[in-house]
Amino acid sequence: MAALILISVGVLFNLFGCLGLLRLPDMYNRLQAATKCVTLGCCSILLGVMFHYGLGSAGFRALVAIPVLFFTATVAAHALVRGAYHFGTKMDKRSVKDDYSEIVK
Amino acid sequence: MRYVTVFILSMIFWLLITFSFTVSNIVAGAAAAALTSAIFGRYYFHNVGKFLQPKRWFWFLVYLVTFIRECIKANFDVAYRVLHPAMPIRPGIVKVKTTLRSDFARTLLANSITMTPGTITVDIIGDEMYIHWIFIRSEDPAVYSRMVTGRFEEYIKKFAE
Repeated sequence: MAALILISVGVLFNLFGCLGLLRLPDMYNRLQAATKCVTLGCCSILLGVMFHYGLGSAGFRALVAIPVLFFTATVAAHALVRGAYHFGTKMDKRSVKDDYSEIVK
Repeated sequence: MRYVTVFILSMIFWLLITFSFTVSNIVAGAAAAALTSAIFGRYYFHNVGKFLQPKRWFWFLVYLVTFIRECIKANFDVAYRVLHPAMPIRPGIVKVKTTLRSDFARTLLANSITMTPGTITVDIIGDEMYIHWIFIRSEDPAVYSRMVTGRFEEYIKKFAE
């Protein structure tokens, strides 16, 4: 039962992440939705898998995958957002502040 | 000494992820861990003694609990902005100063900031971090620095510095 709830919540958050990808205006904001919702969604699914299989072989692997996912997702987000800025991707016109422009000419 | 630490950590990781305790698996794991520690050992853990201080483990647990709470909050925050018909966003990149010194601590702080409500670390130059924020709540650098780094900075300082 707990497994079912966790997996449903995970799928729901993944859906929100995908909606964010479609609705948000520029690359930087889309990445926010993609990293946060999708990471927690996947963690929730993995936790659900752990509850489903118990703390056996599959359960432990699911548990170990969570910190790995956290580190890789954040590092990938960092690399993508920095790469996009240096490539010259424009920020949305609703943006109110850009301190990074003093560094990147 | 730090090569040994990296070796032990990668060995534990290997055993957890393969989850079999046959001799051949342990030998293969030891070989992989030895290779990993030979290549990457010099980048991590400049002072291994820190692992043995219980105070640091305590602050690590405090940090972990705060981190998980903030992370869940972050998700509801982003989900709210995505689902709201008018999309209440006010994005921008802000500059925040950090007092953390070591690379490891700064990496942890940058990763924590990326997982917390509406913020992604774009770059670290010197002791200044550039952070993309989906909804800038304040114009005052002192106020928003506090909001972005939150309590993470002091906790990380207590266990990783």
